[in-house]
Amino acid sequence: MNIVVCIKQVPDTTEIKINPVTGTLIRDGVPSIINPDDKAGLELALRMKDQFGAHITVITMGPPQADNALREALAMGVDDAIHLTDRKFAGADTLATSHALAGALRNLSCDLIITGRQAIDGDTAQVGPQIAEHLDIAQVSYLRKLDYDGKGTFTIERTVEDGYEILETEAPCLVTVLSDAYPSRYMTVKGIMEAYAKEVKVWGFNEIEVKEEVLGLKGSPTKVHKAFSRGVKAAGELYELDTDEAVGTIISKLKEKFII
Amino acid sequence: MNFHLTKEQTLFEQMIKGFAEKEVKPLAAEVDELERFPEETVEKMARVGLLGIPVPAELGGAGGNNVMYAQAVEELSVACATTGVIVSAHTSLCIAPILESGTPEQKKKYLPRLASGEWLGAFGLTEPNAGTDASAQQTTAVEDGDNYIINGSKIFITNAEYAHVYIIFAMTDKSQGVKGITAFIIEKGTPGFTFGKKEKKMGIRGSATSELIFENCIIPKENMLGKVGKGFGIAMKTLDGGRIGIAAQALGIAQGALNETVKYIKERKQFGKPLSAFQNTQFQIADMQTRISAARLLVRSAAFKKDQGEKYSADAAMAKLYAAEVAMDVASKAIQLHGGYGYTREYPVERMLRDAKITEIYEGTSEVQKMVIAANLLK
Ligand SMILES: Cc1cc2nc3c(=O)[nH]c(=O)nc-3n(C[C@H](O)[C@H](O)[C@H](O)COP(=O)(O)OP(=O)(O)OC[C@H]3O[C@@H](n4cnc5c(N)ncnc54)[C@H](O)[C@@H]3O)c2cc1C
Ligand SMILES: Cc1cc2nc3c(=O)[nH]c(=O)nc-3n(C[C@H](O)[C@H](O)[C@H](O)COP(=O)(O)OP(=O)(O)OC[C@H]3O[C@@H](n4cnc5c(N)ncnc54)[C@H](O)[C@@H]3O)c2cc1C
Repeated sequence: MNIVVCIKQVPDTTEIKINPVTGTLIRDGVPSIINPDDKAGLELALRMKDQFGAHITVITMGPPQADNALREALAMGVDDAIHLTDRKFAGADTLATSHALAGALRNLSCDLIITGRQAIDGDTAQVGPQIAEHLDIAQVSYLRKLDYDGKGTFTIERTVEDGYEILETEAPCLVTVLSDAYPSRYMTVKGIMEAYAKEVKVWGFNEIEVKEEVLGLKGSPTKVHKAFSRGVKAAGELYELDTDEAVGTIISKLKEKFII
Repeated sequence: MNFHLTKEQTLFEQMIKGFAEKEVKPLAAEVDELERFPEETVEKMARVGLLGIPVPAELGGAGGNNVMYAQAVEELSVACATTGVIVSAHTSLCIAPILESGTPEQKKKYLPRLASGEWLGAFGLTEPNAGTDASAQQTTAVEDGDNYIINGSKIFITNAEYAHVYIIFAMTDKSQGVKGITAFIIEKGTPGFTFGKKEKKMGIRGSATSELIFENCIIPKENMLGKVGKGFGIAMKTLDGGRIGIAAQALGIAQGALNETVKYIKERKQFGKPLSAFQNTQFQIADMQTRISAARLLVRSAAFKKDQGEKYSADAAMAKLYAAEVAMDVASKAIQLHGGYGYTREYPVERMLRDAKITEIYEGTSEVQKMVIAANLLK
């Protein structure tokens, strides 16, 4: 089986601080990470490989430093990596991004395409479904569990508002994965040593068959009308406990902060 | 001159920090309180390759280097110094001498299993009457046909009964003094090899420390490590490398204590201000960070020299001497900056000071490090 995982390098939003004066994000020095949903997607692919044997290709579209995300995926155990990068891809909105990715995917044979549900920076959850539409293949979004019968049929649990649906589909198909569906494994030390010895294929406009007008800024119908920040509030912590435990937790938290 | 980590080391730093934070830190207080050897962590470390970092890939290791090994022990010790020393004793004191002095057969037999973490390693040099003066070995190994018969005991041995492979030193010829000491590889389960008293300790309380007892323990000659009479040299060379590991452990403890302190002083308020607003507090953390950064440079340069195949014995001694001092100083200041809370087990800095002390003692006391450094100057 051939599996392709689409990953996006994003700023680690848990590390982002807000400039108290301007109210804007301070991106300087914020580490870049693999988008959390995509990491779960990588884990799903690696489990399929462990169980059924599979060849996993990881692909990202992004600037040169996105190479780090690909090396991390290699160190986790994927087989191949493709870096889509070209000036002609720059300024892409979700539609142009998905056109470029779909173009690259057409060059590969894939039984299963995995994307994250949503990127923690762009947050649109559009890229996965758009890719499936461009390729005209089945798609299942919000995946929380996938089973494979070893013969070409996937049984998938898809999260909906107040429960989940069970769907069945045939390869080839595209799924978009939720970050807590598959807690991802660590890179191995050996994988890290090998990650930089492997070749990352770098593809530009010339390597994919996509019309130039649907790519980059030109191919992006979305125009940002206005950007503004909402009032900021420190992130809360959510506990689900019974009353006695909850009271104890609240008291210990208040003590920890020296409020009481 | 290049002070940057390589690409691999940079990626490794990301991995080991995440691993230490998520898998090791949550257990640190419990492992200390209950004096519990963290077997589950050892299993997890094995799975990601942390137990065979500098072992070549063809011998089943990760094919990494000593800088990475130092990074690993440092980051593990930021979270839990017990976990740091398990890896350090296993890697520096058992894997390294086999890698450096083992026969091809010994390497093939032991290294893949040690590097994969299937077996844990240990090192037994210290005896009740041979501590700093390690040459005063009383354990004997008497030749008997194709075997040696070992009698004697070793004390304070890290990884103790959790290990499977032990590098043991014994006198094969008392009349030769230091040149009469020989090293052996001994496996757990060998008849005549048992465990004695388990130590109750001030710090690194989750790490197992026991006595090893040999009573007419028969070891085949193929388990001799290096040549007859070359054991003392193997022990000293092994400890040179081990000091990088312990220096990294001390560095990690210091960094861990500073991290906790920076977090705490921003939250704790007195006189209507966070403690971090007082200039004395700021000066303290500035000194702590400066000394930690200096220690890190010493540790990394000793590890780098070892990787380059250069002489590093005095560098490792300086790294250990200094990092251990920094660990004691920083952990003690960390408690001071926490006030009374820091003296309780509600906060991890209390444990960190107890853990720091051992780094001035094992693998050569601080006095021994000074002897090594001075001898290097006076030669
Ligand atoms: C209104 C608007 C304007 C924008 N303008 C610009 C612009 O001018 N310049 C600019 O650089 N960006 C711009 N962006 C950002 C960029 O379009 C998006 O980041 C990108 O299209 C992905 O969308 P997303 O982050 O919402 O991902 P989502 O659709 O939320 O991501 C879902 C999944 O798709 C996959 N995926 C997404 N992006 C990639 C990728 N690059 N490579 C591989 N897989 C991927 C991942 O698996 C991810 O989990 C803009 C975005 C918006 C919403
Ligand atoms: C938790 C723990 C784990 C250990 N793990 C191991 C292990 O895995 N394997 C192993 O073989 N050993 C191990 N050891 C032993 C350790 O290496 C020794 O304790 C150490 O080398 C000191 O020896 P000693 O305890 O006999 O002290 P001593 O040698 O009695 O020293 C006491 C004091 O005298 C000083 N001193 C001694 N000689 C001189 C001198 N000539 N000049 C100046 N000062 C001197 C010392 O520096 C020290 O301050 C461990 C010890 C502990 C506590």
